[in-house]
Amino acid sequence: MTVDSNPAEDGSFRERGLADLMNQDHHGMQRAIPLPARSRDIALKAGLGLLLALAMSFIALPVLALFLRSPLSSIAEALHDPMVLDALRLSLTTSGLTTLVVVIMGTPIAYVSARFSYPGKELADSLIDLPVIMPPAVAGIALLMAFGRMGLAGHCLSSFGISIAFTTLAVILAQVFVSSPFYIRQARTSFEDVDVALENAARTLGASRMRTFFYVILPVAMNGLLSGAIMAFARSLGEFGATIMFAGNFQGRTQTMPLAIYTAMQGDLDVALCISIILVAFSFAVIVLVKILTRRVYKRC
Amino acid sequence: MLEIDIEKRLRDFDLHLRLDVKRGQTLMLVGDNGCGKTTLLNLIAGLDRPDRGRIALEARALYDSELGIDVPPEARGIGYVFQSYALFPHMSVYDNIAFGLRARKTPKEEIDERVKRHLLEAGLWEIRRAKAADVSGGQKQRVALARALIIEPQLLLLDEPLSALDVRRQAAMRAELRETIRACGVPCIIVTHDLRDVTAMGDFACLLERGRVAMRGRPEDVATWGAGQE
Repeated sequence: MTVDSNPAEDGSFRERGLADLMNQDHHGMQRAIPLPARSRDIALKAGLGLLLALAMSFIALPVLALFLRSPLSSIAEALHDPMVLDALRLSLTTSGLTTLVVVIMGTPIAYVSARFSYPGKELADSLIDLPVIMPPAVAGIALLMAFGRMGLAGHCLSSFGISIAFTTLAVILAQVFVSSPFYIRQARTSFEDVDVALENAARTLGASRMRTFFYVILPVAMNGLLSGAIMAFARSLGEFGATIMFAGNFQGRTQTMPLAIYTAMQGDLDVALCISIILVAFSFAVIVLVKILTRRVYKRC
Repeated sequence: MLEIDIEKRLRDFDLHLRLDVKRGQTLMLVGDNGCGKTTLLNLIAGLDRPDRGRIALEARALYDSELGIDVPPEARGIGYVFQSYALFPHMSVYDNIAFGLRARKTPKEEIDERVKRHLLEAGLWEIRRAKAADVSGGQKQRVALARALIIEPQLLLLDEPLSALDVRRQAAMRAELRETIRACGVPCIIVTHDLRDVTAMGDFACLLERGRVAMRGRPEDVATWGAGQE
């Protein structure tokens, strides 16, 4: 019985195999795209290409226009303008100090957030992220309500003769407020990516928690931390809304580069263009640096 | 001697273990995934804390819930080779091995001399300057072992020390590992999935099942324990 049925089955298998093969051939021919389908394919690709080109020119055109509208001579001239120099100096010092504050305060916060759970962690993490979605002008008003002369904390501070609003310190506070999430989020991800086994290995080899942090965790997470710090610096450099609300617009004291552009627009367009070009150059440098740093990630071993 | 008598509530079951490992003895721990093998190593190393019980090494309590003793991992003097080796990827082979001595503030000349000896013994001298991330699997294993041995540990813990190697290297490393461990003369616990490791390196073996020692015996007997070793 079995012997008899086997060849039959075998045969049917073979037949089926042949039929499958033919079907496949048939399918194969079906898959060779017929003319209308092919032109649809080309149209789709062309449409996507056009969309990409449009999107790119939408971003590139304004940048290009900036450079084309401002002749080199006028840029060089504007660079001697005391307002530009003051704004450049103030922007670089405040953004630098802001980045320092954000890194020093944000690194332990990011590490704790990446490694430990504690009551209210969800809330703390959401609060840390809040300034990213909060409109800068709202952040400015909020800071004013907190640290202004009549504000919650500002009221106490002013009784000690300390006034924050409309000073350079207010510029830094506004920048710290809006840029800290950019660093903390990136740092948190970088710390999460450090294998816990590395920490454990360091501890069993005799390293204290501090030594483990500074000699193992920090170096392994360093590229991520650096790119986070650069992002925070860039965000500080471009900060406008919160600064003008909380710190005002005083040349040499609170007038950073974006504020100087706003002021110059009302008078000399060349000056506004000059500052804009400096900021665009910074933005480019930031993108390039972050790309280089995030590419170099340590392999696990 | 290492004496363990601990309890810990894990997610799915209670870990309750009583084990002794004498000097120069190697205990092979086998068991299903998630039966508590790696957790036990972490508890001994101080990376995780038992709920109660006592862990003592050469009569010195590392953990004692009644006396409130819990020695931190950095002060336990235990050499731990992790399953993934956990080499520090940003450091050279040399710096990886020197790490434990530097953490102990050992004088530089002594570090140089001892690291050199370990590098030569492990056949790693030529690649001492290579980044740990860039060396081969077998070399990583040797670096991890040398790094754990250089601190002259009083106990060795090895978590699946050969699993990351290809089969041919495993056979060679098995013999090498056994000799190195013997030379140390300290108690040693090796977690493994591979029965060949058990017979080649162990003095006795324990089968863990849901946090308890289900069987214990000679390495040769493990093969008769049934499917539990998978």
